[in-house]
Order: sequence, then structure tokens, then C-alpha cells
Amino acid sequence: MSTRVAKGGRLIDRSKTIEFTFNGKRFQGHAGDTLASALLSANQMLVGRSFKYHRPRGIVASGVEEPNAIVNLGEGNKHEPNQRATTTELFHGLTATSQNHWPSLEYDVGAVNGLLGRFLTAGFYYKTFIHPRPFWKHIYEPFIRQSAGLGKAPDPETRDPDHYEHFYAFVDVLVVGGGVAGLQAAKAAAVSGKRVMLIEQTAHWGGRAVVDGGEIDGKPVDTWVNDTLQALEGMENVRIRSRMMGAGVYDHGYVLGYERVNDHAPEIGGPRHRLWRIRAKQIVTATGALERPLSFAGNDIPGVMLASAVRDYLVNYGVSPGDRTVVVTNNDDAYRTAIALKQAGLAVPCIIDARHEGGGQLMKEAQALGIRVEMGHGIAKVHGGKRVSGVSLCRQNGEGNVLEDIDCDAVAMSGGWSPVVHLWSHNGGKLTWDADKAFFKPDPSRAPIGDDGKPNVITAGAASGHLRLKDLLEDADNAGKTSAGLEAASDAPTGSDADEVALEPVWLMPSGAHYGLRLKAWLDYQNDVKVSDVQLAAREGYESVEHTKRYTTLGMATDQGKLSNINGLAILSGALGADIPNVGTTTFRPPYTTISMGAITGDARGDLFHPVRKTPISDWSIAHGADLEPVGDWRRPYTYLRDGETRETAVIREIKATRESVGLLDASTLGKIIVKGPDAGRFMDMLYTNMMSSLKPGKCRYGLMCSENGFLSDDGVVARIDEDTFLCHTTTGGADRIHAHMEEWLQTEWWDWKVYTANVTEQYAQIGVVGPNARKLLEKLGGMDVSKEAMAFMEWKDGELAGFPVRVYRISFSGELSYEVSVPASQGRALWDKLMEEGKEFNATPYGTEALHVMRAEKGFIMIGDETDGTVIPQDLGLHWAISKKKDDYIGKRAQTRRFMDNADRWQLVGLETVDGSVLPDGAYAVAAGKNANGQRNTQGRVTSTYYSPTLEKGIAMGLVHNGPQRMGEVIPFMKDDGETVVEAKIVNAVFYDPEGEKQNV
Amino acid sequence: MLIFTCPYCGVAAEETELAAGGEAHLTRFGPGSSDDDFESYLFTRENPKGVHFERWRHVYGCGKWFHAARCTVSNEVFGTYSAQTTEPTAEIRETISKKRPGWSWRDMNGEG
Amino acid sequence: MSDLKNFDGLVSIREIEGQGMLVVRGDFSAPAFREAVCALAGVDFPEQRQAVVRDGRGLLWMSPDELMVMLPRAEASRARADLAAKLADQHALVGDVSDARVHFQIEGRVVRETIAKLAPVDMHPDVFAPGTLRRTRFGQVATAVWLLDERTARVFCFRSVRDYMAKLLAVAADEKSEVAYFQK
Repeated sequence: MSTRVAKGGRLIDRSKTIEFTFNGKRFQGHAGDTLASALLSANQMLVGRSFKYHRPRGIVASGVEEPNAIVNLGEGNKHEPNQRATTTELFHGLTATSQNHWPSLEYDVGAVNGLLGRFLTAGFYYKTFIHPRPFWKHIYEPFIRQSAGLGKAPDPETRDPDHYEHFYAFVDVLVVGGGVAGLQAAKAAAVSGKRVMLIEQTAHWGGRAVVDGGEIDGKPVDTWVNDTLQALEGMENVRIRSRMMGAGVYDHGYVLGYERVNDHAPEIGGPRHRLWRIRAKQIVTATGALERPLSFAGNDIPGVMLASAVRDYLVNYGVSPGDRTVVVTNNDDAYRTAIALKQAGLAVPCIIDARHEGGGQLMKEAQALGIRVEMGHGIAKVHGGKRVSGVSLCRQNGEGNVLEDIDCDAVAMSGGWSPVVHLWSHNGGKLTWDADKAFFKPDPSRAPIGDDGKPNVITAGAASGHLRLKDLLEDADNAGKTSAGLEAASDAPTGSDADEVALEPVWLMPSGAHYGLRLKAWLDYQNDVKVSDVQLAAREGYESVEHTKRYTTLGMATDQGKLSNINGLAILSGALGADIPNVGTTTFRPPYTTISMGAITGDARGDLFHPVRKTPISDWSIAHGADLEPVGDWRRPYTYLRDGETRETAVIREIKATRESVGLLDASTLGKIIVKGPDAGRFMDMLYTNMMSSLKPGKCRYGLMCSENGFLSDDGVVARIDEDTFLCHTTTGGADRIHAHMEEWLQTEWWDWKVYTANVTEQYAQIGVVGPNARKLLEKLGGMDVSKEAMAFMEWKDGELAGFPVRVYRISFSGELSYEVSVPASQGRALWDKLMEEGKEFNATPYGTEALHVMRAEKGFIMIGDETDGTVIPQDLGLHWAISKKKDDYIGKRAQTRRFMDNADRWQLVGLETVDGSVLPDGAYAVAAGKNANGQRNTQGRVTSTYYSPTLEKGIAMGLVHNGPQRMGEVIPFMKDDGETVVEAKIVNAVFYDPEGEKQNV
Repeated sequence: MLIFTCPYCGVAAEETELAAGGEAHLTRFGPGSSDDDFESYLFTRENPKGVHFERWRHVYGCGKWFHAARCTVSNEVFGTYSAQTTEPTAEIRETISKKRPGWSWRDMNGEG
Repeated sequence: MSDLKNFDGLVSIREIEGQGMLVVRGDFSAPAFREAVCALAGVDFPEQRQAVVRDGRGLLWMSPDELMVMLPRAEASRARADLAAKLADQHALVGDVSDARVHFQIEGRVVRETIAKLAPVDMHPDVFAPGTLRRTRFGQVATAVWLLDERTARVFCFRSVRDYMAKLLAVAADEKSEVAYFQK
């Protein structure tokens, strides 16, 4: 059984008990425990089920590489799936449940898949469910979806109650990893006085070395760690943070740091996670190394663990994973585990060393403690179901003939170590194969580079491939100095640890294991990928490691293959008869381990999800029933709903009130851009299709803007303010885009023209006063002459209304007598209130964008985004009158002379009236005879705008129809969404209302 | 995430403060130009592996357009320079020649 | 946080009212231009990215051809007309944009840290000194910011996103969210 031993545990406080639950059962741990160490201390080795076969899964590791101990954490709106028990610090009230089992962890129905294991091989799903094709959608996919997936997704109706934030930091040197290498690198760099930041993913400093023993500068490792930490904390130019993982390295020294601020103590409040967006001139990755499992039959049975993890639990948490632990290894390091266990009074029946000559100094130490060592041997298979009960000993160089069965309840395995090269690799750092040590390590001659083209990532310590204390400290010292631009000096602290002899690569145990053993030798514990699966993939032609990964799902589980990748790769290269370096690795992509969606989101949630723009009148509108719709980043009232109204009836009321008396429109969102300078007229002539330079001060003109590709881009009314100055109105969504468009041409093409622009959209509130009583209302406000004589249609004037400083434009987008009144934004609301108050006697009615749209459609006015879609030129819309023939050039003019544009044989704008008076469906296509090359019905036009017109009491529409203007009176068929129902509509003039313009010109 | 130093305001701006504007140094062809010239102006773009010249705008900043020379393989930035020029400056070409001897772009090369 | 104009957390956030602003574009090398804007603002002409502001009056360097004149709002309309007249014989643009933007003052011990949560800007004291103007983004909106002193920053953004900015600043200034980065 696994249990808490009487003494020891450098990270726990035995005086403090912490209560938590796992699968509803109450447990106790100590302060300083992880969820994994606490579960182990209570003999809860079984923590989950595997993905495919639902095999029992126990804790394997003690850190981020853990593939099995993946749990649901928290409940209700705090629920989060796929959390590693090994990196979850225990706190009061923690609740965890295991994943991927039904009905219970102990008795799982899906485990029957395991019995079929021989058949559920690599590519099983691909091979089995591909035929017959129609079965996929209705039978196979729903079934697979049901049984697939790890963990329970949070309830979509809950909202994460926690707060997350970002932080931007800029440093000269960022050191990732707080082991002895990271500490030394930071210390060496800090001497330069440059800004140094050191981050560590766990809550503790010193990494493995504090567990493994040895001395630095003659002091015990943990003393040196504490001294160094203290020194760093005292330096003004150094920042150190624990519980912060280096998640990814990106271009130009951009690094994401994932700080888990209060996961370990939710009661302290504040942000739960903080995503650090770090810009580092130099990055030192002191990310250590991960131990590799060994591939032998039954290596997935709970109780089989990494040798280093067994040591961690014992030394850090005072927990022994088993009473009798067999150690199996191909290197010296695992002997440390055996020695530690023995010294803690626990039984180690045997150390099985695959090497014929065994190990060095540490082996002798173990033997001196009375531990049996079997050299040149391996494990043929592990016995047990939900827990190890023993192992069978065999020769390593054999097929697995059992020599002896050894009783034990835990197996500590070590297949050697692999440097953590993820952060080195994220932004292009290359690897090299170290055949002696049997691992990939960073190749410093092919480092990632920064914006200056120079290397900006350097590795330190075990991450460089140095596993011995002396070497790794020297390497780290050098990395720190190099990163800070200091000369290398031989003053690194001196590390000393036990001498080791070389490891011997072991990719399969025993090396000639027969198929039955290979079928039970796991590579990827979570995704159930075994040695036999990778070999099968190789036989079936998967030669690329990337393809094999996807075919077998090796390394695709939540642990991303931290334990399985190198072993799987070695098996693949063996099966292909190729060298490991020639097969290569899969790509290392950020993040190093999963980071929360909340951290990525930061503050961009709820009200801050997206900046919503408000006009000075928005609050009034919202308080008066506005049913808002998004227009760009603005929210404009679609209509103002009164009690008992539907959207439709409200829109009808607004239109009638406007056409009969007076309506008020918040038009503040319209873009307003000043164009000024001696060359302003010339510039305006290039921007607009019209001749704008001829516009007289005091006058307004409607204008069109095209892209250089000829397509209609924006429209609006231009007012000439004085000889040098124009004010351009743009569409609501177009203000920023058109201002940028103007600046682009001025800065990058016509930089010698004397023109300045300024986007003053937000300086002004603008209110449309629209309808036959508009003038009466303005006259009631008083202050300036708005008579026909003083201000004709398409003129503007500065003046005062009811004491407000205003600019009034006599323009109309509704066909009615209409003024747009512009006032400094801070006074917009007051003017609006005044108009509402004084307008009572005229039933002044605020109207929204839908009424605006209907009224403009009744007049046949186009709307950018309805009649245009990026493929429409002004000529298509019958706007020839707004395209100057006198000008040599304007943006888009050359494009519009291309054969297919300078051509009457196009879809062109017409009005449409249904034969039965109904409203055409928006976007409906007019169908034509025959089918196109794709077997689709031919079309001859489409609806671009369609409304019920309360003025005309019938449906009206505009559309683009092939040669439309030549086909007046023709009835053509439009298809409804169902693809069957045809609606007949007659082609008519698009101006449905007041075609002579008598109403606006009064 | 890339960083470019805006030559107008001197800020080393990160990508989120910038807007990419595509290939640099296009010659505008207007009315009267041939179909071929117009087509190449509007649509034909370099897609180099290596040295490239681009336009960027410091949109969350001083609002100015500028030019940047960048390696599309390594993202090394050779420099940024004024938007008010029809070709890369002699200085930037010299810098690139030192770092990428024998480079070429359109009909330009390290020697020319 | 019902009142968006005021928030007190790690730092205090106050909306500043009555700040007038003129946008001025012109030729910075023209002595007449420099004299005219300096006379109006009562300060020296700013260097690149400098904010020269005293008691709400001064000049902000916005781009190589754009300044922002800071002055009391009550004077803005008239000052615009006067400056435009003064610059009438040269190529320049003067606009009153007092209502186009809103200002917030952030004050407190961790003012640098509050900004560093929102903007991709190095707020380290060695790099970002009082008087440096930075145009950037806070969260998702365009913003300009400068430090008046070690405890005080002035921030402005477009008027339409005032509510967004007020909430963004308040969230960043949450009492329990101190990072302890610039000050250990």
C-alpha cells in the first residue's frame, strides 16, 4: 500500500491538516501536499481510467508530465476538467473527481474495451468506420462522440466567477525554471545590473537537486538554494516569481508566462490566473529534464511509477508509494530511489538493471545497504490489476522467458532522462541527438533568433543536456553571463554528486519481447498507445513521425507526450530500421502545459468583452426602449419599443410619425472627417468619383468612394467649409476605415500634396430632424434662419439653435424635409432633450435604424453593405450621375474601365415589387433556366434590400438583376430559402416614393 | 509576435499596435495604363522566401505608415524606414547586403 | 462600481472634466507655427513623444505633424478660431476636439503597474519617465498616456468608449490584484 511514512517530507507541515474530497469521499492531507501526494498518502493509487480501454490508471509522475492523474476539480461554476493532481496544491475544501469512467472508478463498464485490445489497434477507428459512408454521420460519429472525450465540459450556462488579468513585462534576461541551474543563471546574469526575471512553475525552488542530494560549494544543495534565492531577492534589478510557468516562446523574444495566483489558496481572492506577456531580450531556458518510462508489459498497472517520482514523494511529502518497491533501470540515477527507500525503512526486493555491467558508485552504495541487484535483466511483465502485485524477472537480451517472480506492490522505473526542449524549440531552436546519453538536446549552433537576427534563447543546466551537478552549474553560469552580455569566467559554484557510469539505451524490455508482451507495453498511458501500435503503424507505411503520431494518437493526450514521445520515436525508428535522429521529433508547440481559457481571455469578458461605442444620446435611447443592433462597434437603436409593441409595429409607428410630422434620429455615429489644405480639392477629386473641387463653400454634395479595384466602398455627404476645407461624412461603420484610407494615400502615394485630415467623428453629436414639421420645430427652438430662402436643400450653415452652437446641414436620407443638426458632443444630449421637449406639440418621434432603412428604400437610396458587398461598382447601382466624366483620374477609375466592368451586361439595380404585395425574403435569388457547371440552379439576380413599406402599404425591395434597367415591367421568379417556393416579382423603378423629390425640397 | 520600430515616433511597437499593409513600393497605374500593368499593380505580389519589403502602419500610435525590411524565414528585421520613398533606401540595402549577401527582391539585388 | 467617474482601488481613478483640446497639424519646422502654438499653450515646443503640460495647459507631441494643445475647455472654441487665424497663411489644420475625448487621472502607489496590465508598454521607471507621451492601446481601444509624476498618470481615449475605459481601469485597479512588480 502507499502511505505516509513516520518521518520526513521537506515540503509538508505535519501540524496542519487539510480536508478534501475525491469522488465524494473525504480525505485528509497536510499543508504543502499536492493532491497526488495526499491521495497516495491515503493509499488512493487508482485515480482514473485510460481513454480507449478504460484501463485502471495510477499516479506515475510527480510533476507536469503526469499522464494519468487527471481529474475534474471544483464544482458548479468552479468546475474545471483535466487538471493534474500532481501540480494541484492542496487547499481546504478542494473537491476532485476522477474522469473517464462509468459507472464508477472501481467498476468501469468501458473496461471491456481492454479485452478487445487486440482488435482496437492503431487506426482502428479509421479502418472500421469508413464504410459504408452514410453510417458515419448517423451511427458511428454519435457513438464515438459519446465514448470519446476526457473529463466533463463545464456547464455552458455557468459563468466562471473568477477574475483573470494580463500583465506586460519587459526584461533584459528572462530565466525560465527555478532549479539550481535557473537560480545560478539568474544570479550570473544579475551581476550585470540588467533587468532579470526568474520564473518557476511550482511553488518551490531548487528543482530536482534538492531531492537528489549532492553539494554545491561545499554546502548541502538546499542551503545553497536558500542562500541564492535570498541573494536574488535582495537585488533591485531582479524579479522572481514562483507558480509561474513559461508557457511559450514566440517571435522577437515574446514569452507567455502563466501565473497561477490563487489556485493554491482561493480564499486570498484577487485574480485567479495572470497571463504575463513578457518581452525579453534574452531568454534562458533552465527547464530541466524529464525521466522516461521503460517499455515493458504491464508498465501501466497502478503502482508502476517513475523512479524520480517515487523519490519525490518520499523526500518532499513523506509518502511511500509502496511497501515493497522493485526498481528497474538502465542508468545510475534510479539507484538513488532504491537507496532513499531503503534508508526510510522500506523494502526494496530487487534493483533490476538492464546493463550487463550494472552501475557505479551508487550501485555499490545500494549493494552495501543489502539491496539485491540483478544486472543484465529486465521485467518480463508486471502482475496485478488495479495494483501491482509482483514482477517477472527475465534476461534483458531475450524474448521474456520468466526466470523468477518477485512480489512487490510498486515498481520504480527509469529509462533515462530527456532534456525539456519545448521552450527552446517553440520558436525554431533545433535539436541534436546525443547518442551517448540517448536524448535529443538543443543544438546551440541553431538557436532561435530575435528581431536583430541574433540568438535570443540559451539553455542552462539539464535543459542543455547536463545531468551532473558540476556540469550543469557551469553551464548555467555560462548561460546567465552570456545572456547578460558578460564575459564567461570560471567562477561558477562547484557542484559535487555521486559518480555515475553511462546509461544504456533501452527502448523495449526485454529487447526481444514477443508480441504478447509488446501488446501490453504501454507508451502513451492516457491514450492507450502501445509498442505494438507504433510498430503496426510503421508496417502500414507511416514513416513520418508526424503521421505516426496522428495515426496512433501517440502523444496527443493532455500531457502531449511528455513521457511517451521519445520512447515512441525510438520504437518507430527501430521498426523502420532508421536512426533515431533521422526519424526526428514531432513539433513542440506552445503552451508547454495547458493554460486556462480565463487567463487567455484576461479582462475581455462581460462588459469588457468588446468595446461598445456609445453616443451622447445612447443612454437616453436605452432608457427609452431602444432595441439595439450592432453597427460597427456602436449599438444603435433599431427601433424604440413602447409598451405592447413588436419591432414591426414600432417601426411602422416611427415611419408614419416622421412622414406625417417630425422624427428625430441620433445620427452621431456618422463619420466626420476634415480634409484641409491647398491641395484638398485635388485630393477630394481623387477620393470621390464625383467632382468635389467644384463644390462651393456653404454647399453639400452626396459622394461615392471606391477602392482602387473599382468597387464601391463608402458614401456620404460632403460639405465644403471654405476654400481649403471639406468635411466628409462617412457611413457609421466606415469612419475609421475611410480616415485610414485617406491617410494611406496621403502618406504613401501623394506625400507631396499639402493636405491634412482629422477624424472629428466623436467631437460632434448629430441629430436628424426629419419630416414636414422639421422646420417648424427648429424655428420654435429659434436662433437662426432655417427657411427655404436662407438655407436651400443641400446647403449648410453655422449658427445657434436654442442657444446651442450648431452647424445645420439641409440634407435628406428619407425624402422628407430634413435637417441634420451638429453640436459639440458634450451638448448633444441637452439638444436632444430640448428637441424632444419642444417637439411634443408635433409628436416628435425618435426613430431607429430600421425606420431609417425603410424610408431610404422607399426613396430608392442605396445603403453601403446592403446594395454593396465588395463586388458592386457604382455603375451597377445606376449612380452614373455621381461619377464625373470630366476627371482624368479618381481612385477606382482605371479598374472600372476593365472589360467586364465597363459593360452593360451586369447585374444592375432595380426596384422589385411582388405580384402579391408580400415582402421578398432578404437575399433571395432570382432563378433562371438551366443549371451551372456545379449542378446548381442558374441565377439572374438577388434581393439586396427588402421591407414592408407602411407608406405604400406593401412589400418593396431593391435588387441587382441581370440587365435589370432594360427589363422594366418584367416579372421574374425569386426562390425562398426552402429551395422550392417561388415568389414572383415585377421589375420596377427603385424610387417608390415621391419620385420628383417634391417633399424634401420645400 | 513581431516588433517594429516606427521611424516616425521612435516607438518599438508590437504587432498588436500595428496594422500590416502588404508589399512595399508598388507603382500606381491609373487611367490609360495597359491591362498588364494594371493587373500587376493591383494583384501580382512577391512571395519571397527571405528578404522582403513591406508596409506597416502604426495604427495604435502615431498613425503613420512606414516601410520595413524583414526576412520572411527568420523574421529578422533589417530595418524600418520612411513611407515617403519609392524604393528601399541605400542604407537599408547595404544593411541587408551585409547580412544576406546575394539577396534579391523583384529586379533588385544586393549588388545593384 | 456604480459611478464610472470615480473608482478607488489599488489606485484612484477620476474622470477629468473641463479639459479642452485642440488638434493641430502643421509643419513643426516652421518657426511661425512653433511660436503660435507655444504662445497659445504657454509651454516650450515638445520634443518627440513629449508631453509638456502644466496645470492642464500645454502641448502633446502626437506625431511628426500633429500636436494636441491642452487648455481649459472654456477657452477651446475661441482659441481654435484664434490659432486658425494666426496660422491662416500656412498649411495647417486646427480643430476643437475637446468633446471627442475623455480624460482620466490615475493616482496612487502602483500607477505604473495598473497601466502595465492594460498596455503593451514598458512602464519601468528607467524607460518610461514622467513627461513621456505614449500613444498605444489599453485593452482594445486607442489610448494616450503620460505620467505627471511617479504617482500620477493622465489617460485619454475617445468619448464613445468612455464606459469601457472606466471599467477596464477599475478592473485593473482591483484591490486584491497587486502584482508587486515595479515595487517589490
